[in-house]
Amino acid sequence: MSHASVSAKRPGSLKGATLPKWFSWAVAAGSVALGLGISAAAGLDSSIQWALIAALLFVAGSYGISARVEGRRQAKDRVVTSLIWVAFLLAVIPLASLVYETVRRGVKVLDGYFLTHSMGVVADTETGGGIYHALLGTLEQVGIATAIAVPIGVLTAIYLVEYGRGRLAKAITFFVDVMTGIPSIVAGLFVLSLWIVILGMGYSGFAGSMALAILMLPVVVRSTEEMLKLVPNELREASLALGVPKWRTILKVVLPTSVGGITTGVMLAVARITGETAPLLLLVWVTNFINANPFQDPQASLPVYIYLQYANSGGSGAAYDRAWAGALVLIAFIMILNLVARGIARWKAPKAGR
Amino acid sequence: MAKRIDVSGLNAYYGSFLAVEDISMTVEPRSVTAFIGPSGCGKSTFLRTLNRMHEVTPGGRVEGKVLLDDENLYGAGIDPVAVRREVGMVFQRPNPFPTMSVYDNVAAGLKLNGSYKKSELDDIVEKSLRGANLWNEVKDRLAKPGSGLSGGQQQRLCIARAIAVEPDVLLMDEPCSALDPISTLAIEDLIGELKERFTIVIVTHNMQQAARVSDRTAFFNLAAVGKPGKLIELDDTERIFSNPSVQATEDYISGRFG
Repeated sequence: MSHASVSAKRPGSLKGATLPKWFSWAVAAGSVALGLGISAAAGLDSSIQWALIAALLFVAGSYGISARVEGRRQAKDRVVTSLIWVAFLLAVIPLASLVYETVRRGVKVLDGYFLTHSMGVVADTETGGGIYHALLGTLEQVGIATAIAVPIGVLTAIYLVEYGRGRLAKAITFFVDVMTGIPSIVAGLFVLSLWIVILGMGYSGFAGSMALAILMLPVVVRSTEEMLKLVPNELREASLALGVPKWRTILKVVLPTSVGGITTGVMLAVARITGETAPLLLLVWVTNFINANPFQDPQASLPVYIYLQYANSGGSGAAYDRAWAGALVLIAFIMILNLVARGIARWKAPKAGR
Repeated sequence: MAKRIDVSGLNAYYGSFLAVEDISMTVEPRSVTAFIGPSGCGKSTFLRTLNRMHEVTPGGRVEGKVLLDDENLYGAGIDPVAVRREVGMVFQRPNPFPTMSVYDNVAAGLKLNGSYKKSELDDIVEKSLRGANLWNEVKDRLAKPGSGLSGGQQQRLCIARAIAVEPDVLLMDEPCSALDPISTLAIEDLIGELKERFTIVIVTHNMQQAARVSDRTAFFNLAAVGKPGKLIELDDTERIFSNPSVQATEDYISGRFG
């Protein structure tokens, strides 16, 4: 048996029949056409039924044809691929539509004037006015909440990863998990009863910040913990073996190695609390005037501003427009934070360049 | 400033598991001592007891005495951090600090332990890199990340980092097992030079390497899996590899094991 006769016996055994690349597109176009046709013929007037019919036709059609030409494994591959695409589209369509709607309706009144003026002398149904007071309030409240939650959260995570053994660490991990599930209104009620009812303090941005910090804390602890666990033990040992004390090892080796990921986690936590409305409604209340002092008197904030512009509008188009513009500013703020986080993560990531 | 190590009656535990039992040995200054033996026999664990790195592992615990010249490393009031400055360590896998440049990696031990003058630091970094036979390869890229070097260069960087703090003893835990033969040769040559200044203990799975670089060789073995590892014999390398006094050593070295 020579080498040649072996290959002659099974010509091209590794190469199966393959459908051309345009096959999927052709089936998709065919199913859409058929779906539209069927729904027209049956007199269905829904705008979505034809798409469902087309999707079913597409999955069945590509499976059937592919199973005949390419074989069952490839056909299954095509079905699963299309299911994944459906899942992806289902996830993206609401998001894209939300961003599109917000931008479309929000840009109407969004300009420099809107960003730099408050609602102080503008009635809810009038045009004009702006969100300066709400933007300022949100920045201060979120800033204070971050200043409270990040040091506590990062230090807790360091304790859990680097020092914590035994019961105390387990208990802390358990309570952090529980805290993750606290509804924001409950955090708000907690601060309300402690700070405002029992201690007799008034509404203020700071009271809201405390509730936001409670909501932020578990997210910071969890993400920092995961990042610290990713730091290879070898680096800690290398540092300890040089005679570096443990606290300096953590400060100079472990934290710098993971600072990119920790920053990302913190930014995501900030993004999460920026849109919180319920605790602010309970604790900060709201004002139409600029109040730059977060420690005294009600402050405005973006989420509450959006809510009130909608709720108090009485059908006025001007207030609706302001609500949408406020929502756009809120989304833009969170998006900028995310971009900054990604930038920092990339900038601080350990480099392998030569 | 090489120092003598004198171990007596040392037991090392992981939790309640006795990993290394009743080891007594002497390591001469300015010499290379190799530890050989099958996997899991406690060579690395024992090595890590010599600079108190064993207790860094959760549950790690040590009984017995380790004298560095005349000072017991496990005596009352001994600071493990201070011990590790005297007894440096090089690990199996090269582990330069990924956030630091080549220069900062070598200077890490000094910088993290206190403030040094820039000029002083420059001298120490150059001396250590020359000591690790790496200076000529990296002198133009001291500011580049240490993780950008090749595996062999990274390991020599780690050796430079370890000798920059001027320890008395250098422990090496399979320093060549992740390296190619050429890098291995470079490190072995380096070990030959370093023993003029340091007491060196090296764990290796490579018997030829033990024969090439060491003056004395210790053979470790364990009776069965789950039993503690023990020191079988310690002798001049030549004698261990030609005419060991214990049958088990001869079996292991000649490959008739188990």
